[in-house]
Amino acid sequence: MEMPIPSASVLSRKARVVERLQSVLPQDAVIHDPMETRAYECDALTAYRCPPMAAVLPTTTQEVSDILRICHEEGVPVVPRGSGTSLAGGALPTADCVILGVARMNDVLETNYADRYVRVQTGRTNLSVTGAVEEDGFFYAPDPSSQLACAIAGNIAMNSGGAHCLKYGVTTNNLMGVTMVLMDGTVTEIGGAHLDAAGLDLLGLVCGSEGQLGVVTEATLRILHKPEGARPVLVGFNDNEVAGACVSDIIKAGVLPVAIEFMDRLCIETTENFAQAGYPDCNALLIIEVEGSEQEIDHQLALIVDIANRHDPVEVRESKSPEESAKIWLGRKSAFGAIGQISDYMCLDGTIPVSSLPMVLRRIGELSDAFGLQVGNVFHAGDGNMHPLILFDANKEGDLELCEQMGAEILKLCVDAGGCLTGEHGVGIEKRDLMGYQYAPADLEAQMAIKDVFDPQWLLNAAKVFPLNVTEDRRALQIAAE
Amino acid sequence: MMTPKTEDELAAYVASADAPIWVQGGGTRGLEGEGAALSTASMSGIELYEPGALTIVVKAGTPVADVETALAAENQRLPFEPIDYRGLTGVMGTPTIGGVIATNNSGARRIQVGAARDFALGVRYVDGMGQIVKNGGRVMKNVTGYDLVKLMSGSWGTLGVLTEVALKVLPAPETEATVMIHGLSNAMAVEAMASALGSPYDVSGAAHSEDPAAPVTLIRVEGFEASVTYRVAQLTKQLAQFGADITCATTDSSAIWQDVNAQVCFQQKDGDIWRVSVAPSDGAQVIAAAGAEQATMDWAGGLVWLRMAPGTDLRTRLRGFKGHVTLVRGSGFPRFHPEGAGIAMLTKGLRQRFDPKGILNPGLMAA
Repeated sequence: MEMPIPSASVLSRKARVVERLQSVLPQDAVIHDPMETRAYECDALTAYRCPPMAAVLPTTTQEVSDILRICHEEGVPVVPRGSGTSLAGGALPTADCVILGVARMNDVLETNYADRYVRVQTGRTNLSVTGAVEEDGFFYAPDPSSQLACAIAGNIAMNSGGAHCLKYGVTTNNLMGVTMVLMDGTVTEIGGAHLDAAGLDLLGLVCGSEGQLGVVTEATLRILHKPEGARPVLVGFNDNEVAGACVSDIIKAGVLPVAIEFMDRLCIETTENFAQAGYPDCNALLIIEVEGSEQEIDHQLALIVDIANRHDPVEVRESKSPEESAKIWLGRKSAFGAIGQISDYMCLDGTIPVSSLPMVLRRIGELSDAFGLQVGNVFHAGDGNMHPLILFDANKEGDLELCEQMGAEILKLCVDAGGCLTGEHGVGIEKRDLMGYQYAPADLEAQMAIKDVFDPQWLLNAAKVFPLNVTEDRRALQIAAE
Repeated sequence: MMTPKTEDELAAYVASADAPIWVQGGGTRGLEGEGAALSTASMSGIELYEPGALTIVVKAGTPVADVETALAAENQRLPFEPIDYRGLTGVMGTPTIGGVIATNNSGARRIQVGAARDFALGVRYVDGMGQIVKNGGRVMKNVTGYDLVKLMSGSWGTLGVLTEVALKVLPAPETEATVMIHGLSNAMAVEAMASALGSPYDVSGAAHSEDPAAPVTLIRVEGFEASVTYRVAQLTKQLAQFGADITCATTDSSAIWQDVNAQVCFQQKDGDIWRVSVAPSDGAQVIAAAGAEQATMDWAGGLVWLRMAPGTDLRTRLRGFKGHVTLVRGSGFPRFHPEGAGIAMLTKGLRQRFDPKGILNPGLMAA
């Protein structure tokens, strides 16, 4: 992946920029020693690394505002960072940038059960938001699989999803308000405890803008009362296509599970060897989870089992206890780790219309043969968000490049099927150069016009989301601004 | 009235226009605008409907009723329950799906499932320069680039003219029921509604009418029959602390919520109609501060509808509350809530970029 050439002018002013940052932050909040900035050289897309010029770790919105104002005045690019768990390179630095990490901003500012929201600083991790309210029976719904580590700031930047979004939606559907600092240091409040923000939906625009419009320092998040219970059923099939048809029939029947997860043979076998979850020997497996009281769960599972039985299943295993539920989820939850045990892999994130599932899986199999790389499929079947895992050998010359080429072909296939490049991970640098495949020039221009309004000099995370050749003239503004 | 039949025709018209265009769907909001009227009503029809994927793609001018009929045939529905404003505004006309999305029109179920914008998956529109732009798509999870789908939802035609929308739909429930608590004050009603929504019983509507003769608080649940029966029983138990007089509506539940959504109790009555969006727990205090002729609460108190003596400056009276106030029917005040300086600057910047000629509904929203 190509990154812009760092600005010699910015690099030559490092000492001055660091000094100015130190004047508004505690001593230990400005990291500029090249040995220490290494800690920020990459996110979870570890194939790409570049230490930043400096990193800052503010604790308040005022400090964020001061940092951005100084960087704006100095013409220094800023890359915001949550917990650095982006799989798309969303927090990858450039050598001339300041990393603005929100990790020290992790306070719960307000909990309100009457209005069902919690207001937090955005460095707080996703799971610890639920942690702050679960004793009182509430939870925060979006549950990306990195939820133990990932920060709300990154969730908002990427509009993160999770396994349960078929029922509860993704981040944007659960975000009520933000405090956001613009690149020039202006602090803006959007939305709040009321349900609809006034005026244009800037909240919806900010969510998923990959840290390019502003730095969100505080967020008002919707919380919900936990359901009385939840239980899954596992269904094995001998055919991907039949599994896909079963998903469609369940949805058409009016049952709305909270999650429908799919795994193919490679994933089933690999996780079985790794985690011994006791999965059946089959080509496709669905885990379907429903929620409610015991009797509601029984009723919904009965409907689902009835539909599944009409699709010639290899096995239908309905959980009757928390232990059985855990066992059913065990394999799915260890799928990425299990694959990681046997091989390096690249995780893709395209979304397709559910109806195209059989066609897309067939084509992925053909691509796998053509490229000579194995692919495992594990994904959220209810909403069509696929996670093909391409297996490669990082130590083999050219294998990463081959894997990236194949990944691009799969993502194009998703777009051709009526879907999109990324369902929940974000574009970052990873899918940047494919944006032109999904969007026409006018479509991209409309998006970039928005960045022009929020960050006229293109200083915030500017090398992401859009193809570099498309943003070249705009990024040149930051140089002109120096 | 200009009624382009295709997106290209519309694009050519906007590209060549140099005077304001009054963009509308079915024109059922009773608004008066500046410029040559343009309706999307002739761009109509369902492009694609996949019940198994819970998605439908519709041209903007399609009547809402047509969409609802098509969905009902597959036992599905628009989850956000758009409001039919004709009763309030007294305007004839046919509400369009484009109008619903352009105004982010959401009814009582908003408190549970989200607003219209939460179900918009993709848009096509013609911007103020006459360019055709698309964003989003027809899949439920999509974070490819900026979310202009949200931005266009609720932009009231000021950033572009919607030509097509893709929506997520949901299964229609087997049945529904409404727990009715009689005789509560506004303040107690807000507490009761918060209690219901703070339960695990998946409440899909919480409204209150302060009719002095017979105030009633409505709590709706939907789903499979056995589940609805169970949750009604649980809620009735839980809500007993707020009032002894609790009944349950089953067969007429759906009619009750149609009336709530259309604000039937305000129809055929004089006065200005205001819509106030606040934190739900502020609902009762808003009513107390407003001094209205008549008031109702929806969204558990988060949405307050007020009928006021004509010419009352409600915004001044509600200055202490966080949220926003919209004038739905009446005149003499800005229809949309004035914006703070920071937001106003961003809004202005966006409008300039999407509509540099300043011709799309120039008088609408906080201009």
